[in-house]
Amino acid sequence: MPDTAGLVKLPEEMAAALATDDTAKQPFAPTIVAFFCTWCTYTAADMAGLSRMAYSPAIRVVRLMCSGRLDPQFVVAAFRHGADGVLIGGCHPGDCHYQEGNYKALRRVALLRSLLGQLGIEPQRLRLEWISASEGEKVQRVCNEMAEQLRELGPLRLGSQGLQAEQVQNGHQEYLSIDTHDPVEATTP
Amino acid sequence: MTKPKVAFYWCASCGGCEEAVVDLDEDLLAATSLVDVVFWPVALDFKREDVEALEDGELVASFINGAVRTSEQEEMVALLRRKSQAVVAFGSCAVLGGIPGLANLYDREAILSTVYREAPSLEVPATTFPMKQTRVDEGELSLPTLWSSVCTLDDVIDVDYYLPGCAPPPRLIWAALSALVEGRLPEKGAVLAPDVALCSECPLSATKPEKLSVSRFRRPHEFLADPELCLLAQGLVCLGPATRAGCEAVCIAGNMPCTGCMGPTTRVTDYGAKALSGIASLLAADDDADITARTAEIVDPVGTFYRYSLPASLLRQRVGETVGNGAIK
Repeated sequence: MPDTAGLVKLPEEMAAALATDDTAKQPFAPTIVAFFCTWCTYTAADMAGLSRMAYSPAIRVVRLMCSGRLDPQFVVAAFRHGADGVLIGGCHPGDCHYQEGNYKALRRVALLRSLLGQLGIEPQRLRLEWISASEGEKVQRVCNEMAEQLRELGPLRLGSQGLQAEQVQNGHQEYLSIDTHDPVEATTP
Repeated sequence: MTKPKVAFYWCASCGGCEEAVVDLDEDLLAATSLVDVVFWPVALDFKREDVEALEDGELVASFINGAVRTSEQEEMVALLRRKSQAVVAFGSCAVLGGIPGLANLYDREAILSTVYREAPSLEVPATTFPMKQTRVDEGELSLPTLWSSVCTLDDVIDVDYYLPGCAPPPRLIWAALSALVEGRLPEKGAVLAPDVALCSECPLSATKPEKLSVSRFRRPHEFLADPELCLLAQGLVCLGPATRAGCEAVCIAGNMPCTGCMGPTTRVTDYGAKALSGIASLLAADDDADITARTAEIVDPVGTFYRYSLPASLLRQRVGETVGNGAIK
C-alpha cells in the first residue's frame, strides 16, 4: 500500500543508528530499542547517566510521553528495522501520570507477546519493566540483563529479509524451485 | 465505437472475488454494455495467447484477485500489467495477501510435506509428490515454481488502485468500474473504499458504550450474541474499529464480528499490530494473572489480527528460529 508506507518510522537518528550496525561484527552485539515513558523510566535513565552508572550500549532510547503511547506498530517496526529486542519502560502500577496508561501498555504487551510468539519471535525479545524516576540502578540492571540475554539468544533473523519488493521485481529473489526436495517416488495419476 | 476492454484474473484465491463480480446483478448487464471483458479465465474461454495478442496498454484495466506465490502467477500478472493502463488489486488477497497469506506462518517444505505426505486423507504410503519436471508417455511435463512465501500483488507488479474486501462489495466494484471507464481516475495508489473505520457505518454503532470495557473475550460459537448490541461490548473480538468501511457491515448484520477483510485505513501501516492494540486496551483486567488468562482467550492472535494481511505486514512471515549465536535451525 504505497500511500501508507513509512507512516510508522523510528525517529531518523534511530534508523541511522540501526543502519550503521554491522551485522557481521564479532562477537554478536545486540541492538535494543527502548521505549521509555518520560515521567518515570526516562527520568530514571537520565539519573543513571547523571550518576555515571555505566550500562550496555546496546540500548537505543526513544522517549514517549507514556508507556500507554506505545503503539504495537512501533514494536514490529523496530524489529523490522533491525532491533534484536524491544524494551518498554513505564511507571509502576498506580503511578501513571495519566492514571492508567501503563495498564494499557501491560495489556497490549501481553497480547503482542503471544502474537509475536506465533511469528517465531522469542518472548525474551520483548520486555516490559516498571521503573520509577528514582530507580536509576534498575535501568542499569534491566538494560544489562536484557543485553546479555539477547547476546546469548543471538540476532533476530527476519525470514523476509530477502523479500523486498524491488528484489522480487529484479528477479533475484531466492525462491527455490520445488524440485530441490528429495521427493518420494513420483507417480502420475 | 469500440468499448473499452478489461480483464479479470485470479491468482492464489478462492473464486469468491469472481462471485462478487457476478453479484453485481443487473449492474453486470450495464457493465457489459460499458466494457468488453476480453479475458476472464473463470467465466470466458479466452487464453493467454489472446492476451499476448493485445497491444501494450490496450486494456483500460485489469482486475487481478488473489495473492501471488507461483512463477506462473508472476508471469500472468506481469503480462497483464504490460497490456493494461491500470491494474486494480482486487480483493483482500491481492491487496494484503489474504487468507492464503497465512501460509507465511509455515515454511514451504513443511506445507508440501503436510499436503503430500502427512495429510490423513492421503493413501498410505503417499506416493505422489509434485515435481518441477515429470516424464509421462506423452513427453515432459513441468510445473510452475512454488515460491518460498506468499506475496501481495504490489510486491510483484506496479499496482494503480486497491479494492479490498473478501470479497469486495459489489457497490464498490461498480463504483470502481464506472470511474475507470468514464476516466474519473483517482490518484494512483488510491484505495477505492471509504477512508474511515467500519464503526462509522455499523448499524450497532449507536449501542457502543461511551467507554468500552471487556471483562473476557468470547468466540462466536460460545454463545448467541445479542444482535441489537455492539458485538465488542459483548466480548466478541470485532475488528470494526481498526478496519476500513465500505462493506456496509454485512458480517455484523449476520451477527458475526468484523474480521478485518477491508484492511487498514491510510493512517495505519501494520493492520494486525494496530487492531491488536485496540482490542487489548479494552480489557478490564489489570493484574498480570488476569491479563494472561484473558489474552489466552484469543487462541490464535496471528489468525485473528493478521487474518487477511500477514504478507502486507511489517514482519511478513514467521522468522527463522535462532539458536545460539544466530545460526538458523
